[in-house]
Amino acid sequence: MKHLWLTAYNDIIESLRARWFVVYATVFGGIVVILFAFGLSESRIMGFTGLSRLLVTYIQLSMAILPIFVLITTVRSVAGDREAGVFEYMLSLPVSLSAWFWGRFIGRFIIVFLPVFIAMAGAVGWGVIKGSEIPWNLFMFYTGLLMALSWCFLGIGMLISTLTRSSDVAQGAAFITWLVLLLFLDLILLGVMIQENLSPEMAVTLALVNPMQVFRTATMMLFDPQLVLLGPTAYVILDNFSQAGYIAYAIIYPMVFGMICALSAYFIFKRSDLP
Amino acid sequence: MIKLAKVSKRFKNSDVLKSIDLEINRGQRVALVGSNGAGKTTLIRCLLGEYNSQGLITIDNQDPREFRQQVLSKIGFVPQLPPPLRMPVGQLVQFAASLCKSDKERMNNLAEKLGFDARAFKHQPFVKLSGGQKQKLLISIALGRDSELLVMDEPAANLDPEARHILFELLAEKQETTAMLISSHRLDEVSSLVNRVVEMDQGEIVLDDNVSDLIGMSSKLVCSINMLEADPAFAKALSIWGFKTQANETSWSGVIAGPDRLKFLGMLSRYSALISGINMSENS
Repeated sequence: MKHLWLTAYNDIIESLRARWFVVYATVFGGIVVILFAFGLSESRIMGFTGLSRLLVTYIQLSMAILPIFVLITTVRSVAGDREAGVFEYMLSLPVSLSAWFWGRFIGRFIIVFLPVFIAMAGAVGWGVIKGSEIPWNLFMFYTGLLMALSWCFLGIGMLISTLTRSSDVAQGAAFITWLVLLLFLDLILLGVMIQENLSPEMAVTLALVNPMQVFRTATMMLFDPQLVLLGPTAYVILDNFSQAGYIAYAIIYPMVFGMICALSAYFIFKRSDLP
Repeated sequence: MIKLAKVSKRFKNSDVLKSIDLEINRGQRVALVGSNGAGKTTLIRCLLGEYNSQGLITIDNQDPREFRQQVLSKIGFVPQLPPPLRMPVGQLVQFAASLCKSDKERMNNLAEKLGFDARAFKHQPFVKLSGGQKQKLLISIALGRDSELLVMDEPAANLDPEARHILFELLAEKQETTAMLISSHRLDEVSSLVNRVVEMDQGEIVLDDNVSDLIGMSSKLVCSINMLEADPAFAKALSIWGFKTQANETSWSGVIAGPDRLKFLGMLSRYSALISGINMSENS
């Protein structure tokens, strides 16, 4: 366990000094600053005002950029490290492969989740200072969802990094993965597929399998509890899950999906050539 | 200690190692030489358990892939190209010392001996060090722990003569108890460090021979050189070797490490037309 935490700590230190992390942290911190600067916390939409309004917008923006950020930075740094000889040297030290892999995974998770969380917590902190009403339920729920989404895409990123031998191929594969998930996020595409005789059950299954769609539906649920925006699919989701059930599913499913990807990556990594 | 039997490695359509048989015992210092693509790095990576391969590889009767931690705890490794680590020097030393169950002060002291003050650079990212500093630190990490096998890829390539001499002394201290595998493109770079040469070409061992190791790794040669006339380029080259001159810059004297004699004579040969006399004698 000591080696695992040492590796995680090392990965955090490495990442904190990387340029991608500066960009990543600036983007999420910048979003919150911009939302405040544009007075979004003062505006009103669908009954949401103050910090709730800001958090709803923040989570929608996070859904758009967090997955691709996590995917690209993970595959770039993991596959890049392998190409640059970091694996050759670090894996010549007496560290077990499990401590090395999971240490990096945990370190990387902390590093991708923290800026997103800190930006959101910063907004809440500012609200506390200003004496605004704090939507703690929303904050907790969004924290869980962001955690699940980061974990999920980190797992996918680690799997892609393990399967590909160069950072160029890894980045291409990561981008295509994100694009495919994004396409199935598009309700229009799903609508066209139904028009082309795709069964509604299949469409609903696709919506429930795609972690980005799961995240999106869950965030919608908060300001649209009946999921009117989602159309008929909402009946299936609400009938089968209930609101609380779906929220639990939206947190558990991406974590399990990410874990399956990470476990697959670990077993492939362990059996293949390391550098 | 090391045993390779019928070891082969294939990447896509190319056989990088072709049925290699090799045994290395404690006390043996082996130069692994060969041109680019000969298979040296692949062989080293197989030994470190980083590559899967066909055939049998054991270090003290243990498979480096299966008994990874036990095997690697006995091996000090210096890579040819330093990894581009962004972590600070202090962090790298701490990390390596913890994994290797060693003391970071032992590594820092060795680095200082080699002419690199790792403590003063502890907050500096490793990647921002000069080539020589990186090499000194990686050597300190490899030697600053208990090991039974040293695997080094061009270990002295980026070192100045003084640091090279100290490295030779450090290796001399370990030569009775530790097997060494020193990889290089050129034999003359490492010939003085080894007592056996294994040459590889296109994935095969084409030469396996013993070499005379009469030159003690810690020996020194006192050397004086007289020149026909002063020459700035030659003066600069001798200064790098730590030589001192009289006022007229035609008489130089200094001390070189015994194992460095071939490299030093190679440098002198470029200025042979300027030399009127040389005296070299071993200083025991």
